[in-house]
Amino acid sequence: MSSKPTLGVFKFASCDGCQLSLLAAEDHLLGVAAEVEIAYFLEATSHIQPGPYDIALIEGSIITSHDAERIQQIRRDSKFLITIGACATSGGIQALRNWADCNEFVRSVYATPDYISTLATSTAIADHVQVDFELRGCPINQYQLIEVIQSVLAGRRPRTPVHSVCLDCKRRGTVCVMVAQGTTCLGPVTQAGCGAICPTYNRGCYGCYGPAAQPNLVSLTGQFESSGVPREQVVDSLRNFNGYAPEFRAESERLEASRESTT
Amino acid sequence: MATATEMGTNERFLTEAAFARIFEVLESQGFTVVGPTIDQEAIVYDRIRSVDDLPRGWTDEQAPGQYRLQRRDDEALFGYVVGPHSWKRFLFPPQATVSKADKTETGWQFQAVEPEPAKFAFLGVRACELAAIRVQDRVFMPGPYVDPIYQQRRDNALLIAVNCTQAARTCFCTSMETGPKCTSGYDLALTEIANGFIIEAATAEGAEILSALESDDASIQQRQAGQTARQQAVDQIERRMDTTDIRDLFLSNLEHPRWDDVASRCLSCTNCTMVCPTCFCSSVEEVSDLTGDHVERQRQWDSCFNVDFSYMNGGNVRDNTRSRYRQWLTHKLASWIDQFGSSGCVGCGRCITWCPVGIDLTEEVAAIRGDAT
Repeated sequence: MSSKPTLGVFKFASCDGCQLSLLAAEDHLLGVAAEVEIAYFLEATSHIQPGPYDIALIEGSIITSHDAERIQQIRRDSKFLITIGACATSGGIQALRNWADCNEFVRSVYATPDYISTLATSTAIADHVQVDFELRGCPINQYQLIEVIQSVLAGRRPRTPVHSVCLDCKRRGTVCVMVAQGTTCLGPVTQAGCGAICPTYNRGCYGCYGPAAQPNLVSLTGQFESSGVPREQVVDSLRNFNGYAPEFRAESERLEASRESTT
Repeated sequence: MATATEMGTNERFLTEAAFARIFEVLESQGFTVVGPTIDQEAIVYDRIRSVDDLPRGWTDEQAPGQYRLQRRDDEALFGYVVGPHSWKRFLFPPQATVSKADKTETGWQFQAVEPEPAKFAFLGVRACELAAIRVQDRVFMPGPYVDPIYQQRRDNALLIAVNCTQAARTCFCTSMETGPKCTSGYDLALTEIANGFIIEAATAEGAEILSALESDDASIQQRQAGQTARQQAVDQIERRMDTTDIRDLFLSNLEHPRWDDVASRCLSCTNCTMVCPTCFCSSVEEVSDLTGDHVERQRQWDSCFNVDFSYMNGGNVRDNTRSRYRQWLTHKLASWIDQFGSSGCVGCGRCITWCPVGIDLTEEVAAIRGDAT
């Protein structure tokens, strides 16, 4: 039995993309494997060890009652629990159901709706158990993931900035797509982490990394609307991979409520 | 280094074809030429290799929160104002490794990282930008703590200024007394007129480049054309900032209600500080590999609008947008004067144009002045 810290990777409702980020880390993955013992990682190996685990990485959101029970057990089994990705940290794209009638979706998608047992909502892991660290992104950035694992091993704070995407655009010399092209961009209110990919390829930011620290949503959506973007579209832009993150959710609900009160 | 006055106003005329040779002359002297070129729907500063890379026949239309490229009705090479980039990107690079350390059996071995040698010729430096470089010179070079990266790049840089012949709606250099005419701090200065340029060398280095180009004495008509073109820029400047007693105005209005007003609009996104040609803040981080045996000390551009920038043991000193915006503007226009002996603002208007919600500092100053306590 090795004395290295054990690592477990657990999946809930998700697309597996964040776990793949770890596998795609390739040479860095070998470095990780040298520092920890991978004890539970079904995406990578069917060889599994029972808990407890020193580090648990949780992908996905809670959408069934079974999920809700399983996460409790994982929490009990894990020393340091890290959520990875938009699903685990804010409910993911599947949290769109939270604003709709889930049964209606089930009826229209599945031939035999009776087989489906699901909760009415998709919620973040932190809504169910104590989370020690949330790593944002849809998908997460593999370098940030390695950095977080490394920081846990070293017992220090991870270097995962909470500033806006704008700062990263400027560092890499990307011209602001909002100012120069009038493109709707969530960059000013979105946390950095992706390296400002979309604006670099001439698209507005979709908010994959969730709200930046202290975001001013009201001012930004006001700017979108005054430049002619219809309110429905502004609401839709906020209801994306991180739509249920508290700040994005509050703003899309505020916009919707004020539209209803004016119509 | 000879000054402009010592050299006299020795204005020469260069045809466009003669000017075009400047690229080979500069490259033959080992310069990497950086200048204006079109990229990502804007006129940015990047490595350029010939006149074909210049934004011929294009201009920029600017307003608070808005920038658009527009076709000109002529073939001017420098017929724009200032864009999203500034020269600080080349003198004070956004990312740099400043030192390294390796763990050995006998302890940590520290290693300085020598700055990569760089020899830039900046082509198309505007008067406000010359002023901005002077401001950053005072930040990075005097006293006991010289920034080696900045110093190496700055000492080797050749500055080829271009006088503005038009102004954007966001320009206010006349209020900051930095332009639009280039008066010092350059090696060569150009004024674009029909079919060519009025050119003037202000240093021996500039004169050497000029002597390698085919130029003639500028005629009285050509000089007048240059003068008229430069005056056009002066006449077009409509934005003003009243700088009377501005230091005291700000330092005695730290609790002005306008700070709450601007905080309700400000995104705290850092764009104004990033595009500002004088903002110089950075953060330094230790970055280790997985083993923890190899560490690099990395410096990156940072901003007083970043929540974490004022993080100290126990929390953030400036934990809301009101305090961050106030810090930025008060430093830029007031306490900068105490710290460095000049304003931190050169009136280029970038922070106005590139603010996604169009916050205009001249309006903020006027509002605070309007009902100052």
